[in-house]
Amino acid sequence: MLQKQHSSLAARRRAHAPVFAALGDETRLALVAKLSGGQPCSISQLTKGFKLTRQAITKHLRILESVGIVHSVHLGRESLFEFDLRPIEEMREYLDFVSEQWDQALVRLKSFIED
Amino acid sequence: MNDRIEKRIELKAPISRVWHAVTDYREFGEWFRVKLDGPFVPGQVSRGQMTYPGYEHVKWEAVVQKMEPERLFSFTWPHPNSLDKAEYVQGDHSKDPTTLVEFRLEKTTTGTLFVVTESGFANIPGDFRLEAFRRNDGGWAEQIKNIERYVAKAA
Repeated sequence: MLQKQHSSLAARRRAHAPVFAALGDETRLALVAKLSGGQPCSISQLTKGFKLTRQAITKHLRILESVGIVHSVHLGRESLFEFDLRPIEEMREYLDFVSEQWDQALVRLKSFIED
Repeated sequence: MNDRIEKRIELKAPISRVWHAVTDYREFGEWFRVKLDGPFVPGQVSRGQMTYPGYEHVKWEAVVQKMEPERLFSFTWPHPNSLDKAEYVQGDHSKDPTTLVEFRLEKTTTGTLFVVTESGFANIPGDFRLEAFRRNDGGWAEQIKNIERYVAKAA
């Protein structure tokens, strides 16, 4: 797992800011929510429930694809889209790491002051 | 997703004592585990060397933002791409992305409420070598348990 994560980190030099930006849109968040079930979906499936055209939905999917949180796979003549959690997980893991450092620092501050 | 970290802790000490512990560069260095070259001055770079075991090769370089006595102390600090010793020492750290750290102090009936926020993580590139952090400190899980025990006991 770690090995896999390392190669993925090294291979794709991505920034987190575009991930945040890509998620900062109501339609794209709704698309991510639909895809987060784990099942790859076709454009037609994804367009259902939106008052948008297939072209508009495709444009949003391409934006999500460009930051690596959505991937398209081809099944015959159809494109299916699937969700890739890794960029979001990497960000969360780093936040967890920093967060734990603060927990430790505050414990040290507490004993420094109170003992 | 959240772009910030917030931590709060109740300290059984007067606000003046806490303010000194977090803004006097020698006292800050004691609990933060860094050896600083000199006092904190708003608008100026604070330099030093980490003393945290395993991270002694890491430089401390922060820009002091605000010092509002017994209320707010803030600084920005860099997040290097890797903390692994070989990679860190070779790296150019002049363009490391930074986050904003804010310490807020509030008087309570029993002492002082100390709140840390760190924000701006969206600026940080995604290619952190997370496994390097783990390699440096294999006992993370154990340490977290220790903190949990400590906090539970203190509460």
